[in-house]
Formats: sequence, structure tokens, C-alpha cells
Amino acid sequence: MTEYEITETLDVQGENCPMPVVKTKQNIDRLEAGEVLEILATDPGSMSDLGGWADTTDGVELLDQEEGDDIYTHYVRKTE
Amino acid sequence: MSTDTQSTPDEAAPSRAELAARIEELEDALAEATDDDAPSKMSIIATKGTLDMAYPPLILASTAAAFGYDVTVFHTFWGLDILHEERSKELKLSSIGNPNMPVPNAVAAIPGMDRVTTKMMERKIEDNDTATIAELIETSLEMGVEFQACQMTIDLMDYDENDFYDGVTTGVGAATAIQDMAEADIQLLV
Repeated sequence: MTEYEITETLDVQGENCPMPVVKTKQNIDRLEAGEVLEILATDPGSMSDLGGWADTTDGVELLDQEEGDDIYTHYVRKTE
Repeated sequence: MSTDTQSTPDEAAPSRAELAARIEELEDALAEATDDDAPSKMSIIATKGTLDMAYPPLILASTAAAFGYDVTVFHTFWGLDILHEERSKELKLSSIGNPNMPVPNAVAAIPGMDRVTTKMMERKIEDNDTATIAELIETSLEMGVEFQACQMTIDLMDYDENDFYDGVTTGVGAATAIQDMAEADIQLLV
């Protein structure tokens, strides 16, 4: 598994649509270009939602998504 | 030979430099036409004020804002209650007229049943950790979503401009909504 230097972790465990995406966006906005946000979620929809969001949104790159036991971890880098 | 008749004098053919200049010109025009820098826009018209129907416009608005859209939600008729600070906390779910509800309409019509189904829904929302209407409004406002309260409906319902959440735009009408929709990439009526 590739390791990233995580700048900040966002814990949205227990939160549901649309909060994981919305809070990711709010947190990414506070980061500098190049920094990586780790997102911890329990919402299974976050796999598709965060992937789609990162795909469509300028200035972010989805580095990885991991599906664990009842936890979904996402890594997003701010690119600009 | 047939090629002899097809004379293309060299001076008529555009030079490489001319072609390059033309391409650059076209690329500039294309960039201007597609205007990548301007954010995309989304316009939602929210007309319903029941607890279930208050969610879709707010969820879509906050999510679109997360995608970088400039979002406007124009609230009219019962949709106005979503922006009403007091009434938004008391939105009801109707037990009647919805065949998916677990109670038959004859029972659903009994006075007080709406309160029962609303409580049921509120408990489900809480158990599922679904955001409340107030949370979604606050988050959307933080994300720059513009909530507009239709002036004609404010007058019709006898509401006061101060009844709404801070940050809600009042004094707007259908023309403003049309203008937003005309400029938007996504338009929705909820």
C-alpha cells in the first residue's frame, strides 16, 4: 500500500450524505497545494460520492480509497 | 495528366505561419466560448415544505457547492418554510396521500396522525445520523449557496423578512429566478 504524507485527517464517521463530500470540500479549501487530506467515513456511499466529486472537481486528486471493516478511508490531494 | 489541370499556385496556399496564427486565433475563441475559469451554475426552485421534500434541494445545493458550483435556491410557496427559522424546525411529514406509508389513508386521515408520522421520521433521521434541515441550511450558507425567498409568497403568507435565517435574500421574484435559470448549467424544480 502506498503511503502518503497526510497533512490533516477529517473524521466524518457516523455522518451521512451529503456531509462527507461537503466537509471534505470545506477542509480541502483550508489546505495548501500539495497537501493531503485523509477522510475517515462510515457511509458506504462515500466510496462513489467522494470518487465522483474528486473526478469532477478541479484542483483535487483522489489518491486512494480503502474499504475496511465498516470504515472507508479516502485520500485526497489538493493540487492547486 | 489530370493533376496538371488541378493547378494550385504556391502563392494561394496559406503559409505555415499563417496557419499557426489562424489556429491560435481559433483556440482563443474556443477558450473564450467554453470559459473554463467561470464557475458552473446551478439553479434550484424549491416549492415544497414538507419534511421529506425539504431535503432534496438542500442536499443537492450543498453538494453542488462542494463541486464548485455557484448555487441559487429560489424558495416559493411552501418551499419558503424551509428558510423560515421557526417553521423550518417544525416541518411535517404528511401521512396521507402517500401509498408508501405503512398506514392506510383512512387511518392516516385521523387527526394527529401527521404528528405521529413526523415524529417517526424525525426519529429515523436522528438514528441514521442524517443531517437536520437547520444543519443543512447553515452548511449551505457557509459554502456560499444563495437562498432566495420569493417576495410575493412572503407577502401572501404574511411572513416577515426577519423570520428567515440570516443570509437569506429577500425582495426577489420570478424574474430573478428566470435569470438564474437562464444562466445555469443545471436547473431543477423540486
